[in-house]
Amino acid sequence: MKTILNINGKDYTAEFSEGEKLDKILRRLGFLSVKHSCNSMDCGTCTVLIDGKPVLSCGTFAASATGKKIETVESLSKNEKLHPLQEALLEENGAQCGFCIPGFELTAKALLEKIPHPNEEEIRSYMKGNLCRCTGYERQHQAIMKASKKTGE
Amino acid sequence: MKKFNVVGKIERKVDGFSLVKGKPVYTEDLIKDNPLIVKILRSPHAHAIIKKIEKEEALKIPGVEIILTHEELPRIPFTKAGQGFPEPSPYDSYILDKKVRYVGDAVAIIAAIDEKTALLAMKKIKVEYEILESILSIEDAMTKKVLIHDEEESSGIWDKNKNIAAHYDMEIGDVEKVLSESEVVVSSTYRAAAQHHTTMEPHISYSYFDQNNRLVIITSTQVPFHLRRVMSRLYNIPIGNIRVIKPRIGGGFGGKQAYHTEQYVTAVTLKTGKSAKLMLTRDEVSRCTNTRHEFIIKVTAGADKNGKLKAIKMEANSNTGAYGEGALTVFMVCGSKTLPLYNKVEAVSFGGNAYYTNMTSAGAYRGYGAAQGIFALDSTLDEMAYKLKMDPLKFKNMNTIKEGETSDVFRIMGEGKEGVDQIMKSCKLDECVEKGKKLFNWDEKFKNKYVDGDKVRGVGCALVMQGSGIPGVDLGAATIKMNEDGSFNLLIGATDLGTGSDTALAQIAAEELGVSLKKIIVYSSDTDFTPFDKGAYASSTTYVSGNAVIDAAKRVKKQILENAATFMEEVPENLLLENEFVIDKERKNKLSLSELCTKLFYNSNQKQIAATGSFVGDEGPVPYVAGFAEVEVNLKTGKIKLLDYVAYADCGKVINPKGALGQLEGGLMQGIGYAMYEDIIYDKRGKMLTSDFFNYKIPSREDYGTLRCGFVESYEPTGPFGAKSIGEVSLNSPTPAICNAIFNATGVRLRSNPFTAERLFFKLKGGESNNEN
Repeated sequence: MKTILNINGKDYTAEFSEGEKLDKILRRLGFLSVKHSCNSMDCGTCTVLIDGKPVLSCGTFAASATGKKIETVESLSKNEKLHPLQEALLEENGAQCGFCIPGFELTAKALLEKIPHPNEEEIRSYMKGNLCRCTGYERQHQAIMKASKKTGE
Repeated sequence: MKKFNVVGKIERKVDGFSLVKGKPVYTEDLIKDNPLIVKILRSPHAHAIIKKIEKEEALKIPGVEIILTHEELPRIPFTKAGQGFPEPSPYDSYILDKKVRYVGDAVAIIAAIDEKTALLAMKKIKVEYEILESILSIEDAMTKKVLIHDEEESSGIWDKNKNIAAHYDMEIGDVEKVLSESEVVVSSTYRAAAQHHTTMEPHISYSYFDQNNRLVIITSTQVPFHLRRVMSRLYNIPIGNIRVIKPRIGGGFGGKQAYHTEQYVTAVTLKTGKSAKLMLTRDEVSRCTNTRHEFIIKVTAGADKNGKLKAIKMEANSNTGAYGEGALTVFMVCGSKTLPLYNKVEAVSFGGNAYYTNMTSAGAYRGYGAAQGIFALDSTLDEMAYKLKMDPLKFKNMNTIKEGETSDVFRIMGEGKEGVDQIMKSCKLDECVEKGKKLFNWDEKFKNKYVDGDKVRGVGCALVMQGSGIPGVDLGAATIKMNEDGSFNLLIGATDLGTGSDTALAQIAAEELGVSLKKIIVYSSDTDFTPFDKGAYASSTTYVSGNAVIDAAKRVKKQILENAATFMEEVPENLLLENEFVIDKERKNKLSLSELCTKLFYNSNQKQIAATGSFVGDEGPVPYVAGFAEVEVNLKTGKIKLLDYVAYADCGKVINPKGALGQLEGGLMQGIGYAMYEDIIYDKRGKMLTSDFFNYKIPSREDYGTLRCGFVESYEPTGPFGAKSIGEVSLNSPTPAICNAIFNATGVRLRSNPFTAERLFFKLKGGESNNEN
């Protein structure tokens, strides 16, 4: 099967087999920041943004993403310049093994777009679907707070 | 204390830029061809003999390349545990065997052009099993007349006829006598649960032949050098013909300290000549790798009425599952990295068995037996304090080891063998207790219980320890070579699992060489290009590999000063290495490192400055944590909320403050998960029911209140710039601290983790929960 997917502002022709999910298609198209971890929509690792909202790509059919704007972490920054969230994660040591980080960044980006200055509880609640086994979330939490200050200024 | 330029400073992770940008740096991202996709057919039975495997139908499917069973593969006993040689774990595993010993045991290796074809082939393979009675608990293993490892070829098993993989016992002094003379005796039995590592990146490996027909394995492993050695032996390939590369990996925690994928892709590449990839599913990661060892531990402690601890007797039995990865060593660490804390006792004993069962094989997991042991030991001492009507924090801390002291346990118990004598050259546990106590407001909270209707709050504390590397066993090495811009390549066998060890080791090199961190270019974990290293386990990397880096850097520094002396017409003894320059002590004459190296490469006295250093510990210095938990319990429902957790750690000199903090917080979070949420459940036929994130709950951002931690720096004279370790010790305190807090709140003691609402609910009602073992 074939469809056109708009990824990070560009159209791509995506070939896929029946039942194949978006994470695999995105990886095949070269968007290797999209990671799979649980394949059961439980961990948040494969999160991408569709029309600005965080979506678990391991449970998303290609057809349901057609005609919408898909964003992956590749779109967050170009070359040496980092997105404020990425900068803050680096400063706070928010990425240990880093495997959950692409999904985390996209969910956090959506959070900051919805609530530019989230409080503690809002961060906890919004980020709860992105599991991380390395950090204990504390460094990442600090990074979101830091990025929210930067983007808000 | 020495003033540092790079060590002790907050530095960004050297690999951080790639990680936050989501760059393709993990094993799966590095595959550029279309490798054969490998899938493993696994046993649906907990215990069975394979009578017949019919694969003809499966082989007819177009795109199926090869199907391998035990009939086509060498039957060489080995251990999947990634340990030094000879491994202290039994050789009780085979690449594939004619017997299956747990639900999920490997039966056949399938390789096909794509996943769909491989899975189709899997369905077409017909296996005839003779189902055997199975053993699904430690208690079953002790009593049932079923033998899990009755095969002749396996070796290193303590007693095959009793399903005992490993046994250990020791006694210092006369425990029974001292206990009988003690004024207060407490005896309690705890069950420390198994636990999943849940690395976010599933186990994955990819193998191929390079242009010189050498086997290359790119893999998510903690132990590249041990892996190379074991693959060489299993497949009879010279070590020199194998290259193992560990790229960035998505977490380890002990879960990748064993071989769960590499032997299968290697078999496929060797038989077909083609590249092969195996990435486990989440279900396989849970079911078919390793878990933490489950333990049943009975602690009997004796004290006088003033709270002086006099004797500890620890009787432990562990569940090593179908195979004995770390059976003996994890078992020993349950005692060896808990009992030295209470060094003032007159007598101490530890002993018991590691039993085989037809359950998922247990193996290395951060904390490595100490997490289980301290749950039982600390909680029992908490019970003792209650009996003595003493503040448990005061009672525990007045009995703990202090700087300048030792414990006989260090000498007697090592990992799989005798230990080494060691005196605590650095120990600031007292200060961790003081700082934690203050920040947590312990005195106030312990005395005055907060009650609001059905909601009661309680507090608990725990004091824990670990080690730093395995003394006298594990070697680390590092090579440093100089470039003409004054930068240095740091080549290390050490294995960064996301821990930040590449960064910490680079900081150590930069400090010794007098350069900034950006002048150190790290390349790690490639058996062709980096010197040997034991790998990442046993809280080794900062201490063992860090000392190897210092050794290499000192050698390079010596060469730099000697060569600079010639150009500067000075004696090396009068020269210093500072801020990327060689300077004479009078500060008149200086030569930049880049000028020096350029001259040495192109003009005069030509040579490459480079050196390799190595290190093996004479001792394994002890890091400490004091942990404090505040819980709120709903007496009606049993629901437990963790409101606050405070922890202070003494890990020696902190090399990278935010890196170490991340390790501490992350370890605490895994410990909180172990204490409160994470529950591995099997059905009656031995099938694991908790093999995904929906059924196996790990803490999310919402599952705890505040987490406040910090460090009390000590200076460990044998460590690199005074450092010890932080990786494992961070995990150990939450389970006992939270157990103690629940008791403080409710007067009910849960002696099995995780402390779920259900368990507490039934205990509060005066009965036992269905889940209570």
